[in-house]
Amino acid sequence: MQEFVQQVVSGIASGGIFASLALALVLIYNAMGLVNFAQGEMAMFATFIAYTLISHGVNYFIAFPLTLGLAFIGGVLVERAVIRPVERAPVLTLVIVTLGLATLINGAAGFLFGYTPNYFSSPFSAHTVNIFGAFASYQDLSVIAVSGIVLVAIYLLLQRTTLGLTLRAAAHHPEASRLLGVRVSWMLALGWGLASAVGAVSGIMVAPILLLEPNMMQTIIIYAFAAAVLGGIDSPLGAVVGGLIVGVTVNLVGAYLVGGDLELAVALAIIVGVLVVKPNGLFGRAAARNV
Amino acid sequence: MAKMGPRIGVLVAFLVTMAACGGSNAPAAQSDVGVTSNSILLGNTIALSGPARAYGTIANAENAYFTYINNTKGGINGRKITFKILDDAYTPANAVTLTKQLVEQDQVFAMFSGLGTQTQTSVRDYLNTQKVPQLFVATGATTFMADYGAHNWTIGWQPPYQGEARIYAKDILANHTSAKIGVLYQNDDYGQDYLKGLTDGLGSSSGLIVDKESYDVTAAVPTLAAQLSKIKASGADTLFLFTTPAFTIGSLAIVTKIGWAPLIYLNSVSNPQVYMGLAQKSGAALTNVTSVGYIKDPTDPQWANDDGMKLYKTVIANCTTCNVMDGFNIYGVAVAYSMVDILTQAGSVMTRKNVMDIAANHLNETNPFLLPTVKVKTTSSDHFPITQEQVIHWSGTGWTLQGSIIDERGTIK
Amino acid sequence: MSRLRNAPPLYFLGVIVVLFFIGLPTVVTSFQSSEWTQVLIFAIVIMGLNILVGYSGQISLGHGALMAVGAYTCAILIHRYNVDYLITIPIAGLLTGVVGFVLGIPALRLSALYLALATFALAVVAPSLIKRPVQLTGGVQGILLSPPDPPQFAKDGFGAVTGGLAMTSDQWMYYVSLVLALLLFWFAWNLVRHRPGRAMRAIRDREVAAASSGINVAAYKTLAFGISAFYAGIGGALYGLSIGFVSPDTFPLALSFQLLVGAVIGGLASITGPLVGGIFTFWLPIVSSQFVASQPWIPAGVAAAFKNAGPQVTYGALLILIMIFAPNGVVGLVTVGYARLQARLRGAGDRGSGQMPSDPQTV
Repeated sequence: MQEFVQQVVSGIASGGIFASLALALVLIYNAMGLVNFAQGEMAMFATFIAYTLISHGVNYFIAFPLTLGLAFIGGVLVERAVIRPVERAPVLTLVIVTLGLATLINGAAGFLFGYTPNYFSSPFSAHTVNIFGAFASYQDLSVIAVSGIVLVAIYLLLQRTTLGLTLRAAAHHPEASRLLGVRVSWMLALGWGLASAVGAVSGIMVAPILLLEPNMMQTIIIYAFAAAVLGGIDSPLGAVVGGLIVGVTVNLVGAYLVGGDLELAVALAIIVGVLVVKPNGLFGRAAARNV
Repeated sequence: MAKMGPRIGVLVAFLVTMAACGGSNAPAAQSDVGVTSNSILLGNTIALSGPARAYGTIANAENAYFTYINNTKGGINGRKITFKILDDAYTPANAVTLTKQLVEQDQVFAMFSGLGTQTQTSVRDYLNTQKVPQLFVATGATTFMADYGAHNWTIGWQPPYQGEARIYAKDILANHTSAKIGVLYQNDDYGQDYLKGLTDGLGSSSGLIVDKESYDVTAAVPTLAAQLSKIKASGADTLFLFTTPAFTIGSLAIVTKIGWAPLIYLNSVSNPQVYMGLAQKSGAALTNVTSVGYIKDPTDPQWANDDGMKLYKTVIANCTTCNVMDGFNIYGVAVAYSMVDILTQAGSVMTRKNVMDIAANHLNETNPFLLPTVKVKTTSSDHFPITQEQVIHWSGTGWTLQGSIIDERGTIK
Repeated sequence: MSRLRNAPPLYFLGVIVVLFFIGLPTVVTSFQSSEWTQVLIFAIVIMGLNILVGYSGQISLGHGALMAVGAYTCAILIHRYNVDYLITIPIAGLLTGVVGFVLGIPALRLSALYLALATFALAVVAPSLIKRPVQLTGGVQGILLSPPDPPQFAKDGFGAVTGGLAMTSDQWMYYVSLVLALLLFWFAWNLVRHRPGRAMRAIRDREVAAASSGINVAAYKTLAFGISAFYAGIGGALYGLSIGFVSPDTFPLALSFQLLVGAVIGGLASITGPLVGGIFTFWLPIVSSQFVASQPWIPAGVAAAFKNAGPQVTYGALLILIMIFAPNGVVGLVTVGYARLQARLRGAGDRGSGQMPSDPQTV
């Protein structure tokens, strides 16, 4: 029983990591109806920028918001340079562009920062907290807490502000929005900037646990996809809930059912299973298709 | 057309050297494909891109040593070494294509330090059929040393994974006879080879292993908590980590996090001090950790004034992208040292056959980058170049050598 | 005779290309033939991927996994059951085709983006799934396949043409791949010219309209998956035979990605695109990692720095640029260029005649 509780608690801890990146995926989807395959790499790159700032003496609590700002600008620039020319292209083109972007950013990070793992310090300690006899670290809890804060912020932005409404309108009904005077293209750029900033938050929070190196997010992104799909790809709440469920499920199934080497296959099964059975996930909204 | 080139090349080289020697009493010099009067061409495929590219620095470190020899000694008997390194992205398909290119198009003398068990297995038959030496493959998979009989153009270098695991087994049988052992291993040739060595080494006591959990190299590190919690719950008080560095560091941190303090054995690939430092910062307690080593660790202060370490630092400066503290780099320099050693021993008989023969049967080398008293040695009945390692314990700030060098020579069939 | 004169110039070009490929091994080295074998194998798989993506509009980021199915089928049949390697190739194709057909059923429910996601996940997980049934697949040790010996008639023919050279296994595999590539290209060409091709294109462009005009959308889409997988299976079997080794790491995610990129860059919804795609898929990694290092006029520091991450950065940048500026791939560029050239040559007068531009898809 003790072990079972530990598995669940550990699953929640890793689930928090998946949730934090899934939030960025959800934001992009809300902004342009696309899954950004480069999200993990952008988050990793932003984390390296934070790391460089901190190693040059900048205080963590200044480097954090500074990196978010830089990530935001970076996201906007990427959208303007790379996505805008293909905004109206078919899905396949966009998928390949984001995959190309992922390759490019990963290579650039390796080139600029090298491949040896780095330790990324966190104001939260690695010491553990006892939860019902199971253990999680303060860092794990901080990831979940910060994800929760980001979730609330995104929810408020998307649902409670005009800007958020405009953003979503531009994504779902670009033609109608244009007729109403919305600068659709800039809404996309804004969406990318925000998603990039959220990704940076994710990267900075999880780097102390994962060790910072260019391949840091390569497997996490798949779990993040599973989380976003499970929760509903346009729902921030779904991203967080989905992340926690994916984390716990992967742990339990891996430990008791299929064996640890197939953990990623469990994520695949979740993705395929959800998409086939209930494509909108737990909290997503069904979109009517125009004929 | 393909076979004519090398044949003509050998014929010409032979005639030229015959003519050159005609006027003196020097022993008949011989040459071979990839060798000219002032150069030797070596080929290599390694992961420079893709998930395994952290290993790529090994080839650069090897090249740094060759550059050092070329610059300070004018090469080997006047022949400078050219080292052609190609990126196979750790994929067997690429390794096969690129190796064929190096052999058939670039006409290398020999393949040196190819990295990866699957990749080097995929080219082994080809190289043996073509009679091109596959020298000092950069993997501890036991088959490269144990199966010399079936593939006598292939030789390994580093201690076999199984041999290392047997040393751990010896330590258990000598000092922890009632241990309850849990094993976390990477689900590939690397992890499985180690596990086999441990099981074989424990022999009739292999029942001491109470739980074995594996993970795939695609796993996200935090998810290893699932396997480690399970091992903890099985009642194990000793944990073996047959894992690659990133997973070792993560596992050490997770073990402390879930409130467990077993006796830990971790493998030599993961033990460089810099990784232990990362583990400590990540929250690992590292109270009772054992490993083995055979190479000097550049981050270990006890070698600061050691001649071999000073030479390493001089050599590695030739590589602009190499991190001097990276254990992979001193590995590269050490194996390049052995390569230069056999080429030097070949002297004027610079043929593939002779060089292969020296590597497989007549090595007896003291290598300045390996721990003192570890020798690189092969004989006609034993083709495991390095079989000695020393047990080391983590003291909280560094590794301390325990006992004496243990030799696993002759134990693996 | 008049048919010959009236045939579009592209037909003649096609004949020349085929002759070129038939004669190639007699003039280049055995190693270079083996390189072109890889190109042909990629072209076969990309042809299948093209049917799925270009003609029926479904994305697959998992064709590397399908190649693995074909390769392992072939390897297991040879290794465990001593089946003749030539027979294993069509068996591998058929088995993989069935697998693809089965995969196509849940794929019906996924929109383009989600299908990309699901197949992406499949490609990532494929190596770890292969490692599991160790008894069957050999696990991480993989399965070694000895290079097939050319049959006597081939050796004689080759020797006769080249004036006595012995045919190597690599050259024989080249011809096996070439024959299969020609057969499969011919099959695909017929497929797209007739009803199935038209139906698929209708589905791709306006699925709901296609359904309401009586096309069995589900059947054609799953059929496309099945055929596409059949091609991948054949390609996979040839891949395993020409490399001589199958293992889990032979089919990483990167392979699936390269195949899709090759299909797009070659030009989707075209028959000739896959050949260009195959050339691109095979040569780009080699050129980008070796070309820079081998150019003496590039300073050593730059070359060393490029070697470390340059190829990857170049690959990503190239992809993005091509998607932005030439989304119809090389074939698209050539077609547009050719049409412009023709218009130029014919003069402005023709535009007044109200002639519709020729459909680039009827080759």
